[in-house]
Amino acid sequence: MTLDQLHPGDEGYIKKLSSRDKLGRRLIDMGIYPGLHIKVIRNAPLNDPMEVRLDGYFISLRHEEARFVEVSN
Amino acid sequence: MNDRKVLVALAGQPNSGKSTVFNAFTGASQHVANYPGVTVDKKIGWYSYNGHKVEVVDLPGTYSLTSYSPEEQVARDFILREHPSVVVNIMDASNLKRCLFLTFQLMEMQTPLVLNLNMIDIAQKRGIQIDTDKLARLLGIPVVTTNMKSKVGKNDLMNTIADTASNKNARKGVNIDYGKMEPILREIENRITQDIPQICGQYPLRWLAIKLMEGDNEIHKLVSEIHPMPEGFMAAVDQWRADFESTCDEMPEVHIANRRYQAAGRIARSCLQSTSMDRLPWSDRIDNFVCHRVLGPVILVGVIWLLYYLSIVQGYHLTNYTWPFLAKIRSLTETIMPAEGFIEIPLIRSFALWFVDSINALLNYIPIFFILFGLIAILEDSGYMPRMAFIMDRLFSRYGLHGQSTLPMVLGGIYVGGCAVPGVMSCKGIPDERSRLATILIIPLLNCLAKVPLYVLLINIYFAAHKAWAMFFISTISLLMVLPISKILTLTVLRKRPTSPFVMEMPPYHMPTIQGILTRAVERVWLFIRKIITIVAAVAVVVFVLMQFPGISEDRMAYYHSQKEKAIQIFLNRIQHTSYDGVIHENDIMSFVNYWNDYKNARLQAGGGAAAKAINESFQKKNPVFFDIIRREGKDGMIAYRAGRQLIQSRKTLLMEMKNERINESFLGRMGKALEPVTQYAGFNWRVNVALLSALAAKESSVATLGALYESDERGETLEKRMAEKETGFTSLHALALMLFMVLYPPCLAAAIAVKIQAGATRWMLFSIGYSMILGLTVAFLVFSGGRALGLTGLQAMVIFYGLALVTTIVMGIVKKQPEVEYA
Repeated sequence: MTLDQLHPGDEGYIKKLSSRDKLGRRLIDMGIYPGLHIKVIRNAPLNDPMEVRLDGYFISLRHEEARFVEVSN
Repeated sequence: MNDRKVLVALAGQPNSGKSTVFNAFTGASQHVANYPGVTVDKKIGWYSYNGHKVEVVDLPGTYSLTSYSPEEQVARDFILREHPSVVVNIMDASNLKRCLFLTFQLMEMQTPLVLNLNMIDIAQKRGIQIDTDKLARLLGIPVVTTNMKSKVGKNDLMNTIADTASNKNARKGVNIDYGKMEPILREIENRITQDIPQICGQYPLRWLAIKLMEGDNEIHKLVSEIHPMPEGFMAAVDQWRADFESTCDEMPEVHIANRRYQAAGRIARSCLQSTSMDRLPWSDRIDNFVCHRVLGPVILVGVIWLLYYLSIVQGYHLTNYTWPFLAKIRSLTETIMPAEGFIEIPLIRSFALWFVDSINALLNYIPIFFILFGLIAILEDSGYMPRMAFIMDRLFSRYGLHGQSTLPMVLGGIYVGGCAVPGVMSCKGIPDERSRLATILIIPLLNCLAKVPLYVLLINIYFAAHKAWAMFFISTISLLMVLPISKILTLTVLRKRPTSPFVMEMPPYHMPTIQGILTRAVERVWLFIRKIITIVAAVAVVVFVLMQFPGISEDRMAYYHSQKEKAIQIFLNRIQHTSYDGVIHENDIMSFVNYWNDYKNARLQAGGGAAAKAINESFQKKNPVFFDIIRREGKDGMIAYRAGRQLIQSRKTLLMEMKNERINESFLGRMGKALEPVTQYAGFNWRVNVALLSALAAKESSVATLGALYESDERGETLEKRMAEKETGFTSLHALALMLFMVLYPPCLAAAIAVKIQAGATRWMLFSIGYSMILGLTVAFLVFSGGRALGLTGLQAMVIFYGLALVTTIVMGIVKKQPEVEYA
């Protein structure tokens, strides 16, 4: 499953990042990396982007980018 | 501390309170420069420690130190090339684990390092206890905790910096164990030492090896330039990377990042004691409202309205108080410069006044900017900015813009009355280059304050019966044009510009400090003055020349002289049979004229009562003869007064005629006429052309120039009436075309400079001027010629145009984005 398929309130663990380029680096640098627990907090008023909680910090990203984050329950 | 100059660099992730530390250290002794070639601010400051001067550089806030963004590149290059005495790594104490990710990268750069756990008070409130001694031991660098907002720990940090700077063997931290990658790293290090030993003194070896394994472009380039046989070496590096990935089933850069996070996790676990980590922090509770599906947008509109109201509306009121100071500068210039003759105005005088007027027009905006920059600083420091982007991103990204385009567009005048200069300036924070350029390019097309006078003028004449609707049309049409234009730019000119993923931190809310806000507001206003005013001054000179030369021909000048003689003769004849005959000679005429004008001005400013009395007394003392005339004393005084009034009026008319002729004959006037064959299809005659050309420097000029061109006599009628009378062929369709052209009018001088600064290249400035000009002419042409062909009135054309713009905007919003996201 990928992160963009989760709904607010859903949680899981990051399994893998499937982007090899700038996006992958950016995700890692911002603290989205395999092994972490992730929880979807909310979607923006127009549904996109989404806000997630990781290890004590909050990140928002577009669903388009969340497609590259594989998660498992 | 030794005698060497101490250079301290502050590094840290965004929202770590880095600028608070910088401000606490340096106070008012700081300034902002630019890093060469990029639009990243370089903040430099000083403080004194035990009599030594310490220079502090606030590096841009970055999550990492790769070469992907200009900020990271700049921060990294500074540390490697400038060799700071100490790098202070400032981090949010509540976020130790994630912040260590950057710390490890700094340690690998082998620079003397001090770790500063900032905002320790908030961490403690959240129930986080950090064993700093253990942390320092595990990392191998000094650790200092601070709460810099209340200056707690400031001296500790300064002492530690001084100790580290003076210690030649300062500890630079421990190495991270990269596990299975270690043998490869050692092999790369060996190869580098053998092949290019000259690089070893300049860059830390292990760091180079890690960067090569990460696939860092810049280091790739650097090594290729120095290496005698770069192809072979790089092929070897690629091979190592490929081998590692196939044996470990993990990309090398992901492996490196993972090992860093694992190390951070281990250290955090052993140094952290958190009692109630999972308690909902109050930031999160605020977000339940601020990012709420319904409440969020409502709050956003409220915040934007408040920002607009306080800065643009209230700031404009404030200019009423500051304007007198600027007016004083002007009147001072008037007194210093050589005096006017009856019709001869010294060139130096008109130039000096023009120059002061141009600069004053800009300085007049300073109260607005001060409030604006202060409010923006509050939005930034409080943490509301990312929420704004979060809410608006969906809407704007459809048009190639970014969530963070919201603020620039509000400032630029999303409804009516903004200013493109702060709008463009605030584009700096948009992390996606393509969206940033799109935002910069469309902001000048929004309705800035200076466009409004022309709208009001034209609406009052040609749409008098439908004022409110016409005003609504013009206020909203700019947004409806700007969105599709941005989309088109994104799909064409900007197609190749790199774009970045939208991955943004939502930091906890903070209470901004008054000192922080004021420092930032002053700093940005000062930057604005320095950057904009100097260039505007230079261009004011050019425009002056264009409007002043070649000037009035000798024949015409002789004609004006004869008119002058005539006027003076009439005056002298009229007072011939009064007691003033022989008292006022031809030589006295100029002082009489000046006396008259001074008196009228003084009385106008003074109002009535005691002030008027004082003026009367002083003028009576100055020249009792003139005073009797101006007070119409007796029969003779009355006759002389009437003669004087006629003389003043004749002079005024002469001066006005000369001014008109000078503009008509000037380079600018000739351009206006030369353009008429083309612009007539857009409904502009040469007068309108001249007004529009003069507005290139500042849009306020359009109405002022029209005022000058239509001025004819003393009846004191409004420009509306004069224009309506003189332009009998001008219809509401002409007016509509002109208004739409004004919406799409190229950026004014100051805005053009802002575009150059923020886009980072002159060609973007030229593009922004060129495309809006062509677009404006096209739209005006279509509306005018099309409307005339269809026999439409201005109002009908307005309704149809609005409908078309609305449909285009909606269609453009539905059109799919660029094929697939590719983050080059």
